[in-house]
Amino acid sequence: MYELIVFLPLLGFLIAGVFGRWIGARGAEYVTCSLLGVCFVLSWIAFVMVAGGADAHVAIGNWFTSGKLVASWALRIDTLTAVMLVVVTTVSFLVHVYSIGYMSDDPSRPRFFAYLSLFTFAMLMLVTADNLVQLFFGWEGVGLMSYLLIGFWYDRPSANAAAIKAFVVNRVGDFGFSLGIFLTYYLTGSIAFDQVFAAAPGLVGKTVHFIGFNWDALTLACLLLFMGAMGKSAQFLLHTWLPDAMEGPTPVSALIHAATMVTAGVFMVARLSPLFELSPAALSVVTIVGGTTAFFAATVAGVQMDIKKVVAYSTCSQLGYMFVGLGVGGYSLGIFHLFTHAFFKGLLFLCCGSVIIAMHHEQDMRAMGGLRKELPVTFWTMMAGALALSAVGIPFTSIGFAGFVSKDPIIEAAFVSHRFGAMYAFLCADIAAGLTAFYTWRLMFMTFFGKRGDWSASLPSAEHGHDHGDHPVRESPLVMLVPLVVLALGATFAGMAFRHLFVGGGHDGFWRNSLFLGQENNILERMETAPWLVSVSPTLAMLIGTGIAYYMYMVDRTAPQRLAAEFPALYRFLLNKWYFDELYDFLFVRPAFAVGRFFWKGGDGAVIDGFGPDGVSARVLDVARGAVKLQTGYVYHYAFAMLLGAAALTTWYLFGGVTR
Amino acid sequence: MQANAFFFWIFAPVLVASAFAVIFARNPVHSVLFLILSFVCAAGLFLLMGAEFLAMILVVVYVGAVAVLFLFIVMLLDVDFARLRQGFVQYLPQGLLIALVVAIELIYVVSGLGPSHRAAPPATPVSAISNTAALGEVLYTRYFYFFQTAGMILLTAMIGAIVLTLHHKPGVKRQDVGAQVARDPETAVEVRKVASRAGI
Amino acid sequence: MGVDLTHYLTLAAIVFTIGVAGIILNHKNIIIILMSVELILLSVNINLVAFSSFSGDLTGQAFALFILTVAAAESAIGLAILVAYYRNRGSIAVEDINSLKG
Repeated sequence: MYELIVFLPLLGFLIAGVFGRWIGARGAEYVTCSLLGVCFVLSWIAFVMVAGGADAHVAIGNWFTSGKLVASWALRIDTLTAVMLVVVTTVSFLVHVYSIGYMSDDPSRPRFFAYLSLFTFAMLMLVTADNLVQLFFGWEGVGLMSYLLIGFWYDRPSANAAAIKAFVVNRVGDFGFSLGIFLTYYLTGSIAFDQVFAAAPGLVGKTVHFIGFNWDALTLACLLLFMGAMGKSAQFLLHTWLPDAMEGPTPVSALIHAATMVTAGVFMVARLSPLFELSPAALSVVTIVGGTTAFFAATVAGVQMDIKKVVAYSTCSQLGYMFVGLGVGGYSLGIFHLFTHAFFKGLLFLCCGSVIIAMHHEQDMRAMGGLRKELPVTFWTMMAGALALSAVGIPFTSIGFAGFVSKDPIIEAAFVSHRFGAMYAFLCADIAAGLTAFYTWRLMFMTFFGKRGDWSASLPSAEHGHDHGDHPVRESPLVMLVPLVVLALGATFAGMAFRHLFVGGGHDGFWRNSLFLGQENNILERMETAPWLVSVSPTLAMLIGTGIAYYMYMVDRTAPQRLAAEFPALYRFLLNKWYFDELYDFLFVRPAFAVGRFFWKGGDGAVIDGFGPDGVSARVLDVARGAVKLQTGYVYHYAFAMLLGAAALTTWYLFGGVTR
Repeated sequence: MQANAFFFWIFAPVLVASAFAVIFARNPVHSVLFLILSFVCAAGLFLLMGAEFLAMILVVVYVGAVAVLFLFIVMLLDVDFARLRQGFVQYLPQGLLIALVVAIELIYVVSGLGPSHRAAPPATPVSAISNTAALGEVLYTRYFYFFQTAGMILLTAMIGAIVLTLHHKPGVKRQDVGAQVARDPETAVEVRKVASRAGI
Repeated sequence: MGVDLTHYLTLAAIVFTIGVAGIILNHKNIIIILMSVELILLSVNINLVAFSSFSGDLTGQAFALFILTVAAAESAIGLAILVAYYRNRGSIAVEDINSLKG
């Protein structure tokens, strides 16, 4: 059964990819969606089985053996895997169905569905991996599919640039990840999880010499591995690719950049919990990075005008929350937030897609307004997602929308944790909670409330010719709305339904050995002892944020512009995403291009071509041009030359070598 | 011997002088005439050396045929020789230099042979037969193939000259014997029945 | 003073040189060139006959005869070509004959 779950999407890719031209777009849609539907059902069955205690290990074959290094293909099915299987296949299936409607007038639909299925396959390989190399295979696979899907509309130069940016920034993280894998192999002699986890306790306190310093071996390995997670999950410093990834179609953003690929980093840290638990320093780094990301992304989201960009930065911020949860030792907290986030963030993206389609591919929120009357279903499902994201719920209970149930425990845990950096992360997360509410409701108010044209005065381009009054704004087709409703149900109830299993009393029986908790790790119990103010603070922050958003975007609609005018530097700083793109362009992109240009023009062009083909051909031409001058066409010149030659020969013979 | 030397010193300078005149003369007819003079002097030198057949042949063939041919051509072609003289000075220094070099080298080689060889030229052949007969004896026996080849060369030259210069003027009526002979009654004669008192 | 082989050979050398100089100097005048060639051939003939006579071997004279033959043939053909050229071009200016110019 597990092989089916993992390999059916691959089959879907092959059929749609190879035979797409023959079976047509409809055929590709049916094949891939039905295969994924099967996977979806099977993975929920698997979830129920594994929750009941049925771990599994499915060996598929040997990949390569090189000396002591053995890399094999095997599926490791434990609770963590089962949770991820459910997340991936559910969201992927719903996105496949949704794409039937969203991409209905795209000419390359078979390619799109093939890519989506292949991505799903890669992600499933990643989560079922039994060793680091197989995990890396899946890791790279999803990175590749992200590149292909971001650049799906490859005739757009901005899409191509965004795809390259995503891949390159991921690569930076993957470089660290590879080093981490190498170090792990060096330390433990194996890359299979079972052996590595078994050898990990023996590595505590070992040091390794690297780049001139002595590092704690486990800490270094975990830091390098975390570098990969930073790249894949768009954490602070390696985040620049995620907003640009919105160039891809919205279903892609929902599947890859909200629910699954970007969560691979979170999954990886949780999977390697036996390693991370033994390295408090690495976990501190994780916490600090996560907290910083949560705060940073939330600030930028508050000033973005593109509806998808707001949600993208929101994703970045929520990923930071997940890492905070992991960093303070609450691995199940991070995974739980991953689980609920997949639902409500996927929902938000798909609703954005619905709005965008209704607005005829207009993504700027300033062109929107008053859509709740024209798009009722989209409005109510997006409302569910917004309530989940801004974490609306009743404190001290587990009653609330999904985001509330999963996010608040993280904030509480951050407060009570003794980890270095946890308090910093707590502050970041708490403030970010308020900012989250602010930007979420800003989005809702600008898009759905008021009336069309409320904000269009500040639209950059004169959209006179693009009068939306001419195009009717209609609700999306059913094939798009049903996934929205399903996800909305998840966003509303998934938190409450699964809390007990993930972070409540059923925690130990549910997770068993898939998440390793050290001896001193009792964060889940201590979290309950957090002061009541701490437990209430996220909700307070949420209310403050919502109130500010309500005031600025419903009551006094001139407030945003006045505020921006009063603090222009700060506004521009946030609008330009803290100038990271400009900084990286200056630090890395320009020097890289300069080096490349030097080697291309100077090395390749001048030296190699100059001495090689071009040089040789130019010299040949020169010599020929000189030789041609002898060919005057006049016979008497030739006769004269002959005479000269004869005289020279005679002279040489007379005074040269020939003896008399 | 004295007579030999005497005549040598008459013929040789004249030969050299007329050779100079050939190339430096302004009028091409003069050049040809000086060429004829060179040939005659050379014939005289041959006589001195005892090759009378060759001397006579020189006069008959070279002077009588080749030089006359040159004269023909000079007179036939309407050439602006004045314009052609313009290129004369262009290569004067180089030409004289090369010529001088060649001359010096040749003489250098030649003079190396001089003293070691016999001084007396046998002006007359010791044998009883004449030079012509002796030449004939050698030519048709030892050098027969060369002789035949020379014949072929002459034949080729003759054909070549005709091929190059023969051109039929259009409109000139001439006999085509082959066509005449190849006529046959079927194409030449057409029999028509003519009614009496009617015409064709 | 005895006239020996050297004198004849020197004479031939001088005439040869004059012929060569004639070719170089009169490069625009085809007819003079042809005449210079005749001079060169003449000098060779003198050489051969001199050698033949001073060594008593008739081979030299036989060869001189052949050279004569060939010279005659060559002048005939050369002049025929000149005539044909003149017929086509209307002049014998050799500076126009540079079709082989590279």
